[in-house]
Amino acid sequence: MKYLTYISIGVFALLLIYAAYGLPYRGDPNALVNQEISLTGTPVASSYYIENAMKDANTPNMVTSVLGDYRAFDTLGEEVVIFAAGMICFLLLNRERKREARKQ
Amino acid sequence: MKHGSSSPIILLLSRVLSPYIMLFGMYVIFHGHYSPGGGFQGGALLASSIILIRIAMEEKVHQLHFNKDYGIPLGAIGVLIFFGVGFIALIMGGYFLDYGLLPFPGMITAELRFYGILLIEVGVGLAVMTILVSIYDNLLEEDDDESI
Amino acid sequence: MHWELELVLYIFLVISAVVSLHVKDLLTAVVSLSVFSYILAMLFVSMGAIDVGFTEAVVGAGITGVLYIVMIFRTTRKSND
Repeated sequence: MKYLTYISIGVFALLLIYAAYGLPYRGDPNALVNQEISLTGTPVASSYYIENAMKDANTPNMVTSVLGDYRAFDTLGEEVVIFAAGMICFLLLNRERKREARKQ
Repeated sequence: MKHGSSSPIILLLSRVLSPYIMLFGMYVIFHGHYSPGGGFQGGALLASSIILIRIAMEEKVHQLHFNKDYGIPLGAIGVLIFFGVGFIALIMGGYFLDYGLLPFPGMITAELRFYGILLIEVGVGLAVMTILVSIYDNLLEEDDDESI
Repeated sequence: MHWELELVLYIFLVISAVVSLHVKDLLTAVVSLSVFSYILAMLFVSMGAIDVGFTEAVVGAGITGVLYIVMIFRTTRKSND
């Protein structure tokens, strides 16, 4: 049973390596991901960010500009998720709350 | 898990290392416009410096360092800073989280967006730091009165 | 670019992942998982994604290791698997 696991993992790894041959090279300027015009003929959003990030927000780091300004609603959702995780740990595991619940 | 270590090497090293980690976290938050980093990474670095003190010292010392009752309220303040910046822009007549309309006098739109990003990064850093420390505290509390 | 260095990093990535899955002592598994996260962060940086690598190094190698160790001390150290 253990060898069957290893054999299946090896076959799956070989399949993934074979599939990775179809990917474009890292940083290839001719790849479809790095083109200014998408498949359907419309301009892609990333070229707008590259051209206008410094002009719009006065920020040299483009990643901060995208995360904090253009996609700020996404960051708000991420922060709410972290706050919800902390709230759940507080509500489930807090000692004083457990003690009060046992008294009643 | 018992609080505190008796080894003087651990006590000294944690006491020396923790302020520098905290300073680096502040640098990552406030220099995120020019170098890699941002609110999340800087908040996690600040939390790791506080957790280092919590692992090394006994309970009396690290409650003076950062009280565990302040964890959840400060996290809520961090989320409210982010939401409030977006809501002020909404009140001033723009879209939600449109920093170009924040009511700071005497600035052009690009500078307003710069300081809007800085404000929300501070909010994210505060929330992430306090929430991670609060998760650590709540996981570590022993059930000393399990039999009652 | 430096494909020899990246090949060494990939080999150590697979080794640390297999060690963290198959070791009996859970504390060793957590340390191996931190090593996995750190090597993954170096690979992200070599691919040019510096912010992702930074996040992975801080959260994956630092905070989650601490939280796992706390949970191991709260429960048990030996794995039955």
